[in-house]
Amino acid sequence: MSEQLHTSPVDVIVLGAGMAGLVAAVRLAEAGLRVTTVAKGYGSLRLSPATIDILGYRPDPVDSPARALPGFAAAHPEHPYAQISPALLAEAVQWLKEHVETYAYVGDPDANMLLSTAIGVPRPSAVVPETMAAGDLRSAGPLLIAGIGVLKDFHPSLVAENLEAATAARGRAVRARPVLLNPPTDGDADVGALALARRFEDAAFRAAVVAELRAAVTGEEAIGLPAVLGLDQARSVWAELQQATGRPVFEIPTPVPPSVPGLRLARALQDRLRRVGGRFVLGAEAAGPELRNSELVGVRIRAAARVTPRTCRWVVLATGGLSAGGIGVDATGALSEPALGLPVHGPSPGETGFLPGYLGDHPMETAGLRVDSSLRPVGPDGEPVYPNVYAAGAVIGGARPWREKSGDGISLSTGYLAAEAILKEAG
Amino acid sequence: MTAEHEFDFDTIRDSLDHCVKCTICESACPVTAVTPLFPGPKYVGPQAERFRDAGPSVDASLDYCSSCGICTLACPQGVHVAEINSRARAVMKAQKGMPLRDQILSRTDVQGRLGTPVAPLANFALSNRLGRLLVEKVAGIHRNAATPKFAGHTFQRWARRHAAPATATKQVVYFHGCSTNYFEPELGKMTVAVLEHNGFRVVVPPQGCCGLPLQSNGIFDAGRSYVRRLVGHLAPYAQRGDVIVATSTSCGLMLKREAIEILGVQDEDLRAVSTQTFDICEFLSDLSAAGELKTDFRPVPLTVTYHAPCQQQGHNIGKPALDLFALIPELKVIELDRACCGIAGTYGLKREKYDIAMKVGSGLFGDIRAAQPDLATCDSETCRWQIAHGTGATSVHPVEVLYRAYGLG
Repeated sequence: MSEQLHTSPVDVIVLGAGMAGLVAAVRLAEAGLRVTTVAKGYGSLRLSPATIDILGYRPDPVDSPARALPGFAAAHPEHPYAQISPALLAEAVQWLKEHVETYAYVGDPDANMLLSTAIGVPRPSAVVPETMAAGDLRSAGPLLIAGIGVLKDFHPSLVAENLEAATAARGRAVRARPVLLNPPTDGDADVGALALARRFEDAAFRAAVVAELRAAVTGEEAIGLPAVLGLDQARSVWAELQQATGRPVFEIPTPVPPSVPGLRLARALQDRLRRVGGRFVLGAEAAGPELRNSELVGVRIRAAARVTPRTCRWVVLATGGLSAGGIGVDATGALSEPALGLPVHGPSPGETGFLPGYLGDHPMETAGLRVDSSLRPVGPDGEPVYPNVYAAGAVIGGARPWREKSGDGISLSTGYLAAEAILKEAG
Repeated sequence: MTAEHEFDFDTIRDSLDHCVKCTICESACPVTAVTPLFPGPKYVGPQAERFRDAGPSVDASLDYCSSCGICTLACPQGVHVAEINSRARAVMKAQKGMPLRDQILSRTDVQGRLGTPVAPLANFALSNRLGRLLVEKVAGIHRNAATPKFAGHTFQRWARRHAAPATATKQVVYFHGCSTNYFEPELGKMTVAVLEHNGFRVVVPPQGCCGLPLQSNGIFDAGRSYVRRLVGHLAPYAQRGDVIVATSTSCGLMLKREAIEILGVQDEDLRAVSTQTFDICEFLSDLSAAGELKTDFRPVPLTVTYHAPCQQQGHNIGKPALDLFALIPELKVIELDRACCGIAGTYGLKREKYDIAMKVGSGLFGDIRAAQPDLATCDSETCRWQIAHGTGATSVHPVEVLYRAYGLG
């Protein structure tokens, strides 16, 4: 059996298990294609606040991503959004809402909400878990920001003070005051976000939190808590806290990893993939394309002990950008795409990749693949390198997601579109 | 197929430089989720490793790592967290002294050789409350922990007398491991039958323990000599291109990866064996993909759950058992999605770790009880014993389902 090619019974190999890869894989598997997702490890979706940021700044603040998108795409022809129509984006958002069962997602691309970060900065986001929506600063009344003493990464007074200042500066002041809760934690002085989320699934722990909240909350306040309200049972934990306090409750994402909401979303999508028959291979990575007469007929997969060619009809490349290793850069500044060896667009080794200031407009930020209108990576001639390879998510260059607040929208919509393109071909 | 080991012993430790402290390993670790005694793979792994030097180890919490390897699998940056931890633990245990219990538990072959001739007596002692109390007191093995029964005869003995079918056209080498030899010889017979049904002549070379239990208990020197001896038996076949199949998924992984990456055994024989070793379901599912697997399956109107044990996941091959099950008419398969059953080889047998192991497995046990399967399938023997212990379900290797479906028994 040694040197022969396995014609594995797989239609699509999806490389990467972040938002883009999981969305594409679920959609394809659900449509009846045989899908195998291959991931080097769990994707950075698990580190994200799990809000769907579509477009927050261009660089001026965006009120309606849906309305801003056509103009933004026209001004940035190399941006992934140049391939995404507002209608497709709306469809992708609707699809996500129907496919996450952990809890409901609320909002739509027509309007950005403003949610507090863990340092009290209003942050634009269009589609958010229902557990966060009551913190929308566009309409919020007075807020009680509740920290938990053993969680050292969330300081309610910092949040409350900054929120009051920041909302006042934006023209609609929101009152916020802090309270620090100290529910019993068996003597543990320092409990991380994930461990705390697990404790919130214990009824006695919740009761202690509720008792402190009821004593602290007054009048018309909504209660903001760090996003640790349960992991598997987030929806019922959140609902119980609202019911028991009689006040709206909202989660504020915590600042350092792990991100509990990100874990919930990643697990929800992976769970969905499993239930629609998708296969998931963890700890393996692509070691190049498998070619036959220069046509891509599969992917060489590195697993324990050996590299094996696995055949497929289509590939979705969703391995992430520079920070995830989906785009590589070596000590000389040379860029590469390590999974399939595709050409990367970005600063060449002699050119300026990084500016001196940390927050500078670094040319390297936009490094990545260039794609055609159905997301196939193209070469310098503008033609697809392989007719059966589609890119999705941060591996596509041209975006500055940290500045634009666009990363989730890009990953969701390109993952959705890559699947759509394959489904069209599959007939 | 080409041998392209990206990592070897020397580069494993260097992989910690890729750690970005994202904590994805911590959030995937099944042990730290249930006990504060283990502070998590990132903390004792890439974080603590930078401070480990020639001096005395100060990091006793390492001993609570179960070596399930899920941290390495989960890491998106390619840090070999579990391997770093296993090696640091060996240093720590060498410094602190090895409990007699760990010396005994890690020598499955010795247990087998001693227990097999006196199987009824040994089984009585291990199934009897008084006996188990005594074993707990003297040897530190928890009184309730799932221990296997000695079969009373060995698979090797059966294999020596077994006549291969004259019709065989291809050859495959079977690495059965200690548990098949001493505790589950029926699994070995079923494996041979399934392979013979597919036209293979099954060679069963003389073979001993792969050294995995020694490795996971931090007894590296003995582990290395065990694996070298085993490789000596298998290498001549590997070098002539024969495929070696393993039904003990963790022992197969020892040959594929862990002997190189954890024990640091570096020789050509091991490289050859490593590249030619396949988990049995991986091998059969590759045959199926190549259109070379017989598909004369009879209907098996049963409900089975499938749990992919952590050590099977370490092969990075997904879940080929599911692809094989999909070929069997009327078989209802429930894919379970839990990381670990808790036992992790010998971890959950230990007096001070039994409760942790049962907590780790509780999610899996709950899922299996809820599914009420006819059979709870799983590729690893210690996990099957733990699953049977935790649920009362009958737990079998996926090969047994194929054996039934082929109508071989």
